[in-house]
Amino acid sequence: MSETIKLRKGLNIKLQGGAKPEVETLPLPFKVALKPTDFQGLTPKLKVKADDLVKAGDALFFDKYHPEIQYTAPVGGKVVSVNRGERRKILEIVIETDAKAGSVEFKKADPKTLSGDEVKELLLHSGMWPFIKRRPYGVIASPSEKPLSIYISTFDTAPLAPDYNFVMKDQMGTFQTGIDALTRLTDGKVYLGIVPDSAFAKIKNVVINTFSGPHPAGNVGVQIANIRPINKGEVVWTINVQDVLFIGRLFETGKVDFTKVFALTGSEVENPKYYKTVAGAPVASIITGKLKKSENKQRIISGNVLTGTKVSNQCYLGYYDSQVTVIPEGDNYEFLGWAMPRFNRFSFSHAYFSWLNKGKSYVADANLNGEERAFVVTGQYEKVVPMDILPVHLLKAIIADDIDKMEQLGIYEVVEEDMALCEFVCTSKIEVQKLVRKGINLMIKEMGN
Amino acid sequence: MKSLRNFLDKKKPLFQPGGKLSKFGSTFGAFETFLFTPNHTSKSGSHIHDTIDLKRTMTVVIIALLPTLLFGSWNIGYQNGLAFGVERSIIENFIFGFLKVLPIMIVSYGVGLGIEFIVAQIRGHEVNEGFLVTGILIPLIMPVNIPLWMVALATAFAVIFGKEIFGGTGYNVMNVALIARAFLFFAYPGEMSGDLVWVYDLAGNKPVDGFSGATPLAYAAQNASSEIASFKDMFLGFIPGSIGETSTLAVLIGAAVLIFTGIGSWKIMLATVLGTLLMGGICNLFPANEYMSIPAYTHLVMGGFAFGAVFMATDPVTASSTEKGKWIYGFMIGILVVLIRIFNPAYPEGMMLAILLMNVWAPLIDYFVIESHIKRRLKRAKIKGNA
Repeated sequence: MSETIKLRKGLNIKLQGGAKPEVETLPLPFKVALKPTDFQGLTPKLKVKADDLVKAGDALFFDKYHPEIQYTAPVGGKVVSVNRGERRKILEIVIETDAKAGSVEFKKADPKTLSGDEVKELLLHSGMWPFIKRRPYGVIASPSEKPLSIYISTFDTAPLAPDYNFVMKDQMGTFQTGIDALTRLTDGKVYLGIVPDSAFAKIKNVVINTFSGPHPAGNVGVQIANIRPINKGEVVWTINVQDVLFIGRLFETGKVDFTKVFALTGSEVENPKYYKTVAGAPVASIITGKLKKSENKQRIISGNVLTGTKVSNQCYLGYYDSQVTVIPEGDNYEFLGWAMPRFNRFSFSHAYFSWLNKGKSYVADANLNGEERAFVVTGQYEKVVPMDILPVHLLKAIIADDIDKMEQLGIYEVVEEDMALCEFVCTSKIEVQKLVRKGINLMIKEMGN
Repeated sequence: MKSLRNFLDKKKPLFQPGGKLSKFGSTFGAFETFLFTPNHTSKSGSHIHDTIDLKRTMTVVIIALLPTLLFGSWNIGYQNGLAFGVERSIIENFIFGFLKVLPIMIVSYGVGLGIEFIVAQIRGHEVNEGFLVTGILIPLIMPVNIPLWMVALATAFAVIFGKEIFGGTGYNVMNVALIARAFLFFAYPGEMSGDLVWVYDLAGNKPVDGFSGATPLAYAAQNASSEIASFKDMFLGFIPGSIGETSTLAVLIGAAVLIFTGIGSWKIMLATVLGTLLMGGICNLFPANEYMSIPAYTHLVMGGFAFGAVFMATDPVTASSTEKGKWIYGFMIGILVVLIRIFNPAYPEGMMLAILLMNVWAPLIDYFVIESHIKRRLKRAKIKGNA
């Protein structure tokens, strides 16, 4: 049943600061927050107000257009504030944690004994549903649709990404429970993308595909495109590998437990390793005292360097993220930088002499390394997108708001992360991921779901 | 460098909108980013970016062009020496030639960059790097005797009508340097063709007996194939011709740089060579005249073929943008070169016209490549959808 799919296109960016295989459990943070902004296209309707007491699993808000989808408190405690931004947009709902607040008791059951609708009900009520995303578009799945199949990638090839084989090796039982629940949601199959010699190879009731190749081989979208590409009118679902554990725990214990492992990585981290804490924990709780002393500015990213979100010490970790990366900001000028040999600066091309250092890990900062220009160089993007897609022409269709062309050229198959490497290698510094989301948003607006 | 940086930081507000010298904002920006890679950091999407930028890309192309410039300079001295029976050392030949090329380069860069700066300022854009390469390409494809005012005129024409009216670097349809050459070729054919323009000072002076100044292509067009220089001489470049085009070896060094750095498309280069060999081979099979019977591979070392295939056809803005399209585009250039050279005696050199023609065709090639890509995707949709 298993077959190895070799992907040739792509690029592994070797950076300094990969996490050591060592997990430290952090104490329950003082505060956690749920951020509606983590969910693409969500219009939140609040169910709580400041000073309300909530248990873990109590709904904090729901989706105005899909009221059945609840977004629940990751831990119990007191709602201390609802922070709003421009035009009263809800940015974060902050909970002061209280270990004694307890959890909502959900039904505890073996998912194999439940019907699809019962599993769905439970996931919707417990706040697990938002972890399930749909393709096309990479937005939260709609409970009313039947997906063709469900795809899960069990490895991440992004720079400095956590190694889930290590992180989850002791939790295969819970993972299997989560998978069993997911299999109830589709008439098709659940697909698992693994690396060779993976601990996930023994998971049952799934179709396993082994992948090898550089980043973005670990992206679920790339795996779908190489197993069975999405066509117009089809819907598949995806879920992050660690989030399957949340679902597994729910069915095993009847309680929500949003504990997950984050990799704290990057060249600015003193001792990069893994930390176990709860989803929505403050960034400060994970990084305080763990960064290198530096006179220069540091950039903190919730997620990886290609697709993550820039955060500050006052922010909370992203709902879907399993990684925090800290790199130098790089907001400095470099004298005649473009003319220098730059032995220590990574480039996909051989235009700098860093190609002499084969196998070396680099320090990368957030400098653009140039100014934005028109598309000039061709053939770069094609080398890093292992899908049957013409990336430049898809982007041009997006720039032109040409819906027909976007559809024909594969907008249904991609989300930002699948084309993040294009943005990295781009000579003209074009904001590829922003464009991809612009295209997707236009499709949602014009075509509905 | 700190003091220079401080100086720039101090003067910067003057050039920003509202500043006294905001009229020269683009000019200031161009010099500032030339001196210092900017401190811009990523605002959306990927937090890290490849070290490469357009400045570096253009720099690599210029480095790749240096061998042809150095050899071309030497060859000017060498050809002049041959013509008038003057003995010079290698260095003397080079200096002799370089002093002839330098004014052409200065005029080309001066006029071209001048226009770029003015246009950027009018549009409120940054100055684009595109002309850095065009400015050196133009001298390299001119005959050494070209009057400087013609260089200025052609450069201005090419930059304004070949590029800026389309929107600047990245938006032009045809290769800017070739437009400059084509402009002169049709407007002043006397200065751009014939046997007297390729060797310095040949016009109006009497060379030593037996020296004609004709290029191998001219001999070939006259069906005088016995007069064509040896393959070795043509490959190494000891022949008359445009300044930078004569040495295939020097061009190959440049090609190696472009391919290794990943900046030039090897697909286009290879496809062009294959197209030429195929069309030349077909001519060899039906040798109706002497030109048709010269071995197909000779085309690769004659005239501007190698220079055009490596430095002109590969211009990413004007070539096909799809990878499959690049094969077709290059192949068609190769075929057209031979056709124009052999069957159109009015134009002994076919490379310029072949590339310009295919520049115009490149979007059409892309269109068909994309359409076939879409069709294939739709087919996939149907098969899977029914299964």
